[in-house]
Amino acid sequence: MFRSLFGGSDKPDEQEKKPGFFERMKQAVTRTRESLSEKIEAAVAFTKEIDRETLDTLEATLLSADLGNTTTQEVLKSLREKADRKQIQDGNELKRLLKEQMYAILTRNRNPPATRVEGGPEVILVVGVNGTGKTTTIGKLAHMLRADGKSVLLCAADTFRAAAIEQLEIWGQRSDAEVIKTKQGGDPAAVLYDALQTAQSRKMDYVIVDTAGRLHTKTNLMAELDKMRRTAQRIIPSAPHEVLLVMDATTGQNGLQQARQFTDSSGVTGIVLTKLDGTAKGGVVVAIARELGLPVRYVGVGEKIGDLLPFDARAFVDSLFE
Amino acid sequence: MFENLTSKLQRAFKNLRGQGALTEENIQEPMREIRMALLEADVNVKVVKQLLDQIQTKTLGQQVAGSLSPGEQVVKIMHDELIEILGRDTARIKFASQPPTVVLMAGLQGSGKTTTSGKLANWFKNGGHRPLLVSVDVYRPAARQQLKVVADAVKARIYEGHADEANTATVERLVKEARREAINTGCDVLIVDTAGRLHIDDQLMDEMQSLKSILNPQEILFVANAMTGQDAVRSADDFHKKLALTGIILTKMDGDARGGAALSIRNVTGQPIKFIGVGEKYDALEPFHPDRIVSRILGMGDLATLIEKAGRNVDQKKAQELATKALSGDGFSLGDFREQLRQVRKMGSLKSLIGMLPSVGPFAGMQKHADSIDEKQINRVEAIIGSMTEYERDHHEVINGSRRKRIARGSGTSVQEVNNLLRQYAQMRKMFKQMGKPSFARRMAGMKMPGM
Repeated sequence: MFRSLFGGSDKPDEQEKKPGFFERMKQAVTRTRESLSEKIEAAVAFTKEIDRETLDTLEATLLSADLGNTTTQEVLKSLREKADRKQIQDGNELKRLLKEQMYAILTRNRNPPATRVEGGPEVILVVGVNGTGKTTTIGKLAHMLRADGKSVLLCAADTFRAAAIEQLEIWGQRSDAEVIKTKQGGDPAAVLYDALQTAQSRKMDYVIVDTAGRLHTKTNLMAELDKMRRTAQRIIPSAPHEVLLVMDATTGQNGLQQARQFTDSSGVTGIVLTKLDGTAKGGVVVAIARELGLPVRYVGVGEKIGDLLPFDARAFVDSLFE
Repeated sequence: MFENLTSKLQRAFKNLRGQGALTEENIQEPMREIRMALLEADVNVKVVKQLLDQIQTKTLGQQVAGSLSPGEQVVKIMHDELIEILGRDTARIKFASQPPTVVLMAGLQGSGKTTTSGKLANWFKNGGHRPLLVSVDVYRPAARQQLKVVADAVKARIYEGHADEANTATVERLVKEARREAINTGCDVLIVDTAGRLHIDDQLMDEMQSLKSILNPQEILFVANAMTGQDAVRSADDFHKKLALTGIILTKMDGDARGGAALSIRNVTGQPIKFIGVGEKYDALEPFHPDRIVSRILGMGDLATLIEKAGRNVDQKKAQELATKALSGDGFSLGDFREQLRQVRKMGSLKSLIGMLPSVGPFAGMQKHADSIDEKQINRVEAIIGSMTEYERDHHEVINGSRRKRIARGSGTSVQEVNNLLRQYAQMRKMFKQMGKPSFARRMAGMKMPGM
């Protein structure tokens, strides 16, 4: 089920099926890692003792990764204290401690995905602000599930943006998943209703719902998401089983506000961090995990259909600091 | 949420009163506060450092002026400095001496190029031009259809052409055909919407360069998302180095991002921000005003936008009448109260309005309560007043117990809610009466708006 997507533990052949997962993950964040490690190396290269200046350099590095001031200060606080008491021996120790802290934050209060009702489809609602890559992510996710032998129905509930439906249809063809749609300007809740009924009567495994991008400050549009949730619940009481907030890795501190507002109106259960193949570091997810306990579920690392990887906090942090 | 910078500085400077000048020592803490505010607004770390050095130099040795507190003084210096960096004038579009003028759109994926292309076409049309749109995004599924829908919506011409293969050769052919089309159909502006690309994608950046050499565009506009964080510097710098940008359009400014990316991008490219995108409608493109975004970055609200909004949506004459009536004391009836509520609502949700107020001075603390505002409450108030008779609205004192019961039933509320409303109304009348007195006006005039 959904859990199996997050790690190889309950699926022995995971490594064979996706041999390059760890490698690709590393590759995706190589640029981040290089720049970050270079700076850390540079900071600790010539000093055995960790002095204040070193920590200041480190602070700037974390800030440039979009961790935000509050999170950065929290992460650094105990390091500072330890450094003051000269309890940190060298750069390696510093790195290990940093890694530990980041990992602890990223895995804190991990929301487990809701357990699926046997027989009914698992409903995944995909939300986010405009232009983060929701439709593309859905295409990739559908492909991933189809490759796993699951039946997937796509629901084109972005009836607002020009050509959003056509875009989803192309992804539907590519991933071999059927698309339920209406015309542009139609009622998104109505399409959702149709899609869920169809999926239920055909006993499909997954329904992935594409929604229109919306800024979290638009009260009316946020209320619409709430309505969609309620619509879904009328047909499948436990739905939506997963609400994925798609966030662009270039997002700055506003990401926190996005996560708060979308969680309020649509009950976000996880984050998909997209466009991680650029130079942006996506560090705001650490801030989000710290404040809201929202886990990252997947990362998007390119424009090809296979460029969606399950997120693994250990791998993420390791790749950052190795 | 964020405490306002000015009030933080106020506190940091508390002990400074009576000291003659700003010194390196006594501005350390204020500088830390400023640093934090800029970082929270997503201004790039390096840019922040640069800024702080500049501000520190300008601040040191300044006398603590009588009319401003030291905190206000530092904020004012920084405010002016930031506006200086962003450029004072709203930039214009450069036109070709020999039409068509070519505008090339560039940017990362999802920054809003296609929507902005449509908005620009609309803007050109309103300025009496004949724009032609063309999309050379042959890579993203349905991207070209999207521009077609957008073009139809703004009633602008579009060159569609054929894109059977997704490669640079197709892209190059399309722009050549589009330029010919523009000349043949007498369009004086050609807007070229391109595929979103990463600044480190060499192949696609080469394609951009080739488009530039084919088209020789007057404007190469970098479309950037206002929510971008620290990476804004990196991507803008790379785009600028490879393409020599001529301007920036900052999109999604209608959200609540502070928009520190504007400072970062301007700083690293040196190019002016020409427009901001403020909504999903095609007329939601505004010229850029540096002072407004500076206030926003510093958390000082956006009064200018609010005032403009009020000007656009509120019936000025009615508002004037209401104000005169209210301030004269007795004349302010429940009917007037309802009218006033309606006028305010025309400007948008109360939450968004409060967000535009500065979080200092008379409005201090209001932001905190913005989240708890129940917009439905206003509906209920309207319903209650609507269930009164004309006479009751003018003579609130006649509304006795049985009338209250009737009004509650008629408006689907409770007697308690009706009571509450009448109590609030009575308080308001009292307050207005006071405001009408000259002593109140004097007190208001004595309060200054820090840093504005």
